[in-house]
Amino acid sequence: MARINLDHIRHAYGEKPKSEADYALKEVHHEWNDGGAYALLGPSGCGKTTLLNIISGLLQPSEGRILFDGKDVTYLSTQQRNIAQVFQFPVIYDTMTVYDNLAFPLRNRGVAEPEVDRRVREILEMIDLAGWAKKTARGLTADQKQKISLGRGLVRNDVNAILFDEPLTVIDPHMKWVLRSQLKKLHRQFGFTMVYVTHDQTEALTFADKVVVMYDGQIVQIGTPAELFEKPSHTFVGYFIGSPGMNVLPAFIDGNSIRVGEETLTLDYRPQVAAGAKTELGIRPEFIALSREGMPVSISKVEDIGRQKIVRAEFAGKPIAIVVPEDGEIPAEPRVTFDPAAINIYADSWRVGREG
Amino acid sequence: MNKTWNNKAWFMVLPVLLLVAFSAVIPLMTVVNYSVQDTFGNNQFFWNGVGWFSDVLESDRFWQALGRNLLFSGIILTIEIPLGILIALNMPKKGLGVPVCLVLMALPLLIPWNVVGTIWQVFGRVDIGLLGRTLHSLGINYNYVNNVFDAWLTLIIMDVWHWTSLVVLLCYAGLVSIPEAYYQAAKIDGASRWAVFRYIQLPKMKRVLLIAFLLRFMDSFMIYTEPFVVTGGGPGNSTTFLSIDLVKMAIGQFDLGPAAAMSIIYFLIILLLSWIFYTVMTSSDEQA
Repeated sequence: MARINLDHIRHAYGEKPKSEADYALKEVHHEWNDGGAYALLGPSGCGKTTLLNIISGLLQPSEGRILFDGKDVTYLSTQQRNIAQVFQFPVIYDTMTVYDNLAFPLRNRGVAEPEVDRRVREILEMIDLAGWAKKTARGLTADQKQKISLGRGLVRNDVNAILFDEPLTVIDPHMKWVLRSQLKKLHRQFGFTMVYVTHDQTEALTFADKVVVMYDGQIVQIGTPAELFEKPSHTFVGYFIGSPGMNVLPAFIDGNSIRVGEETLTLDYRPQVAAGAKTELGIRPEFIALSREGMPVSISKVEDIGRQKIVRAEFAGKPIAIVVPEDGEIPAEPRVTFDPAAINIYADSWRVGREG
Repeated sequence: MNKTWNNKAWFMVLPVLLLVAFSAVIPLMTVVNYSVQDTFGNNQFFWNGVGWFSDVLESDRFWQALGRNLLFSGIILTIEIPLGILIALNMPKKGLGVPVCLVLMALPLLIPWNVVGTIWQVFGRVDIGLLGRTLHSLGINYNYVNNVFDAWLTLIIMDVWHWTSLVVLLCYAGLVSIPEAYYQAAKIDGASRWAVFRYIQLPKMKRVLLIAFLLRFMDSFMIYTEPFVVTGGGPGNSTTFLSIDLVKMAIGQFDLGPAAAMSIIYFLIILLLSWIFYTVMTSSDEQA
């Protein structure tokens, strides 16, 4: 278990990167706490797997250092870093039995056989495969195989961190819930530092204490699920987190008044926006109230998703989404009001805080 | 249902049928015909039953040739399979080295068999051959013409030179199909180089290795051209394999009856081995 420091890490796959665009991973400089559960969230190709492989030592960063508990491990191999990693597709040694698969990482490190046996049995119970111990791993289903991959990561109790690279992609939706809650339980029980890569926001938000949102090779926000929801620091986070995502509307800012199309809203603070920046207003569909008062909208579609309704409407010439409770009324001449506390202002896609 | 049956389509098959009849069925039946008859000349044949078969099966000549075949196949398999794996493991996985290695490996496979024989026949000659002369001037008494051990050594080295590439290429194909994640996981699990080979690479190569083994066994069991060109079956009968013996008997001595009987026995042996291998292969498919 370790505190992980990423010290000005950058990575490019090609030799000699020339411009910023050549970097698959732009500068990352962060400290991750010992025993934390982190999720790396972002769309495909945003650099999250690159970052993960740099932490595990499968990749050497082009620039920067990695420290575990203050010790520089940048040039150490994966074995020396003492990391466990679980991959997207199950990796099993299919000529071995389930038991031997789990014992493999321990035996490779010369752990005494009684200790191996104790630990393997413990993990077998945990991943619910105790009855399969003597079977060869070949004939197992995809989720059983992935459980073995997980088990091989968990069987070593001295690891610095366990890294998960979209481990539940091949698992049935029902099993996903089960495995995820088992992981959560294990995390609480053993306190490993866990880093979990995913492009599924539900997975990230339910698994992690802190979610690291990545976009285009950089970390755009690190925060608790609530922070990501209420104060997305980049318009991408607004779109990506939440379903439907945040409404982002072009806006003109003058002091504390904001003009969106023909409408003008007033804030209780003055966002400090540099001249010439592209300014936008972000508001989540949950914080827009639909009633007979406020600013006019025209409704184009109503989607009933069970406990809520999503109203697709046009506001000031731009499409917006509004979340209405199941029994909420949709008036004939609809108007909307924005919750002033939930309005975020963006300049060139980055959030402009109350602080300035 | 109103389906039109047009049996004229069968005429389409006729050319192939004729071709197969003339190229395979009729010659094979001629051999069967010879194997059960005897003649004193003048194209007059009479029935001899299984006489030729029992003659062949009771002769030392047949069993010795069969023994030489099995020994030869055994030796070249023990060399070519491990050597092929070793080379495949050390071939580059990406970059310019890949096409270079693949072309180099494929070269011996592109050479016609009698040319391979001729190359080695000349290469090993004591008077003009590069290998023969060099060994001779080093004081090594190497002569494949009159030394049994040297003759065998030459044939074995020639076969290894000619055919190890096939094993290499098949193994290499098996190796490159292993996803990178397996190697990464093995690193993380702290696996040694040997463990990576034993638990990842070998299981993934199992299928192609089986194919390589079968192909090499069958080919070496039917070997004819190369020893015929290099040693002509000698010195003595020491490199006379079944195929060479068969040709000697049929064309050299013109003993059509025994030669036909031997052909059929040889054919049945190969058929039996093919069947065994086919069964082994398909049963390993079911396990996978």
